[in-house]
Amino acid sequence: MSGNLSQKLSYQLLRLITYGIVLCIGYILFDVIRHGLPVINWDFLTSFPRRSGSEGGILPAIVGTFYLTVGTIMVALPLGIGCAIYLAEYAEQNRFSELVRLAIITLAGVPSIVYGLFGLGLFVIFCRFGTSILAGSLTLACMVLPIIIVTSEEALRAVPRGFREASLALGATKWQTIRTNVLPYSISGMITGSILAIGRAAGETAPILLTVAAFFLPKLPGSVFDQVMALPYHLYILATQHPETEKVLPLQYGTALVLLMLVLGMNIGAIVIRIYFRKKYKW
Amino acid sequence: MQESNTAIQAMDVSFFYGPNQALFNISLDVAPKRVTALIGPSGCGKSTFLRCLNRMNDIIPKTRLTGKVLINGQDIYDAKENIVDLRKQVGMVFQKSNPFPKSIFDNVAYGPRIHKLHDRKRLAEIVEKSLRRAALWDEVKDRLGENAMGLSGGQQQRLCIARALAVDPQILLMDEPASALDPKSTTHIEDLIGELRQDYTIVIVTHNMQQAARVSDTTAFFYEGRLIELGRTKRIFTKPKEKQTEDYITGRFG
Repeated sequence: MSGNLSQKLSYQLLRLITYGIVLCIGYILFDVIRHGLPVINWDFLTSFPRRSGSEGGILPAIVGTFYLTVGTIMVALPLGIGCAIYLAEYAEQNRFSELVRLAIITLAGVPSIVYGLFGLGLFVIFCRFGTSILAGSLTLACMVLPIIIVTSEEALRAVPRGFREASLALGATKWQTIRTNVLPYSISGMITGSILAIGRAAGETAPILLTVAAFFLPKLPGSVFDQVMALPYHLYILATQHPETEKVLPLQYGTALVLLMLVLGMNIGAIVIRIYFRKKYKW
Repeated sequence: MQESNTAIQAMDVSFFYGPNQALFNISLDVAPKRVTALIGPSGCGKSTFLRCLNRMNDIIPKTRLTGKVLINGQDIYDAKENIVDLRKQVGMVFQKSNPFPKSIFDNVAYGPRIHKLHDRKRLAEIVEKSLRRAALWDEVKDRLGENAMGLSGGQQQRLCIARALAVDPQILLMDEPASALDPKSTTHIEDLIGELRQDYTIVIVTHNMQQAARVSDTTAFFYEGRLIELGRTKRIFTKPKEKQTEDYITGRFG
């Protein structure tokens, strides 16, 4: 009887916790949508800010965040997946590889401002990229690399050993086996995990603060060595650095909503990719 | 080339997983186009020995082999030996059927394709021939494009056999190929082995003694990493020379 009771109690407690979390997220979303939606219109999405952001739109910030995200994907995805393949398939499992893994996991926990300073030192100053899309993308890529490596390695390890053995036994080389019988089955897990990580990076302020972001730019960037505006940084400026933060509150909500939609869009993209590959290769 | 009377010659083979020795000085000849059964209780090294014959153990880290394994007179552990060519010659069927999550056609065509055959017509011929040899053609000929994971357990295992045959090996290693199958599918596989023995040298690991008695010409009894007795199947099962063999086949242990 008492076992039954504690079973019921713990079940209710776990349910309450889950509902609580959903409620919190739901409220944040609701609040942002309620205040942000009235602000969003064609003009807001397609025009430049006016009067130091008190009026006008956020086009350059949208474009900037888009460029940064694409840049991050282009750098981090191949590097991260390559590293994961090496760790999961080729590296001997010994102290050294354990140390590498420990280092990667530790890097995942480093605060984002530290990445910002690292990017400033290495890419902006030492590599002479200046505050630019290139420096910002590389910095964001460094930040998401650990997560991409860890999730990709997990996805690779989830592929049953039987597929590898069968392929090797037919005379395939290791690389042929990985290419034709490991990567296709793990790519969905890799891409999903990576996109979630990159989606989060798209909303980061600290790493881009010192490496790429501009407070205001009168034109869109022309090359990877240009500065850009970015949604999270723009939001930060409006919320804390603007002379009339109260007055621009609706614009803050609008910016936040656009950023949310962008990240949400990426996450939906990740889900679609996952469903597609799940259907294609199921076992 | 010693085409005559040995397809596989194991000479004084010992095998180690790290510090643990799994096989002790195994010497064993396998005759061509015969079925050789490796029997023995779990953990006796029979599967380990089988996997030495196509260097499948190479993928397990910290393992080591001493002695020699000759296939057609070539030492397969020689540094010059090409492991891809070896595995083309020596096919393998695993205990747990492991078709790729691809179409039936792509499963069988996988081997030829990685060996650089891309001619559609040739591939279709090889797929049909291999599936026929594996006695699966009639069941799947209308749905070659379907995912192999939709096949039944027995069909999946025959598909794996077809996939192994598609690279045209001379030797077929089977690691308890029927242990996860129902009796009807098991009969299917055993009948198939009976057919294949005409063209292939087959080494089969089984812990089903009736199966060994039914399908094999020669039986090798392994115990605790040692080859205890080797002989004609009929003789082993009727007049075993060693006490341990007798105890095992009469069901006193194992």
